[in-house]
Amino acid sequence: MSVRAHVMVVLLALAAILFILRLVRQRRLRAKYSVLWLSIGLGLAVLAAFPGLLTWVSDVVGVEYPPALFFALALSFLLLLCLHFSWEISRLEDRTRALAEEHALLQQLVLSRMSSDDANGAERVSPSGESPPGGRRR
Amino acid sequence: MTRTLVIIPAYNEEHSLPMVLKDLAEQLPDFDVLVISDGSVDGTAAVARAAGVNVVELPFNLGIGGALRTGFAYAARTGYERGVQFDADGQHDPEQVARLLAALDRGADMSVGSRFAEGGAVTYDVGLVRRAAMRMLRLMVRVMVGQQFTDTSSGFRAFSRPVLEFFADTYPVEYMDSVEALVLACNAGFRVDEVAVNMRGRTGGAPSTGGIKLVYYYVRLVVVVLASASRTNRRMRRVRADAGTGDPREVEAT
Repeated sequence: MSVRAHVMVVLLALAAILFILRLVRQRRLRAKYSVLWLSIGLGLAVLAAFPGLLTWVSDVVGVEYPPALFFALALSFLLLLCLHFSWEISRLEDRTRALAEEHALLQQLVLSRMSSDDANGAERVSPSGESPPGGRRR
Repeated sequence: MTRTLVIIPAYNEEHSLPMVLKDLAEQLPDFDVLVISDGSVDGTAAVARAAGVNVVELPFNLGIGGALRTGFAYAARTGYERGVQFDADGQHDPEQVARLLAALDRGADMSVGSRFAEGGAVTYDVGLVRRAAMRMLRLMVRVMVGQQFTDTSSGFRAFSRPVLEFFADTYPVEYMDSVEALVLACNAGFRVDEVAVNMRGRTGGAPSTGGIKLVYYYVRLVVVVLASASRTNRRMRRVRADAGTGDPREVEAT
């Protein structure tokens, strides 16, 4: 790797770390993600600073072309991350759905209670707020 | 008389809903009606209130599964003993509700109205893709629950109190919820009976999907139902194991 490329890669890695740190400081990243991204940034910086490291690791695991190892690792990491986000989105959807249902039911309860209060003072509310008088319980 | 709630999920159905509610009020005057407006942006909730029925308004569109689950939760919390799932687009006939409820009287926990069962009548045409897909669903459900249903995606159903409570928490929310719900109820050990009913053509709204998209949804459904089946089997085994080892009084109490 030429010196110029080396310097550029190191600078890019440093920029990435600084950007992540900024997001963390501004609390725009949740702690669990900040740790994740910071370790990624550090890993990149280490690899950029010592290019020999990647060559050594690929020798150890038996990969002939070091960049191939790098891309394989990067790709599998991104895939895992996507999977994790899908999981997280599913969970968030479940929660917003439950909230929406609860919200709607409570709103109905409040409205029916208000209308039955209007109709007959502080009477106990029947489940069907607007049902005809005959349908009232108790 | 048994307290029965007619549960109507409705998404932008202001045109067909008034007629449906009028029919219900005339033919089933003793039943309470609940309309779940599933994030409708038209006057669905307003026309329902004008008709004097209870309305639950979801803040945004959850899909029919989410709307139904809300309805089941409402029925379970407010102490209804029975629930009837009814379409807002006018394809279900209030007169036929009695057939569904009769199945509950005969001891079923849940009944499914079928257009294709012996004694039912199809008064409208089902498309080619849809028919093939329906056949596939029938086969799949039969393999998975060991019981023959001729109309697995029918949305014309009646539920006993235990099923209402069960579905208040577990009703599936993905598209084609009705098939998954059928598998879920059967695998949970509920007795589900199929009943022949007549259905009408819809008076408003359009079929939800068609063509390639429908194929995609059916593929997705297969995945969902298979996952659901394996999940319930595991849960059932766990429940059975708990019941075997735990204090019987505790099991009864819960």
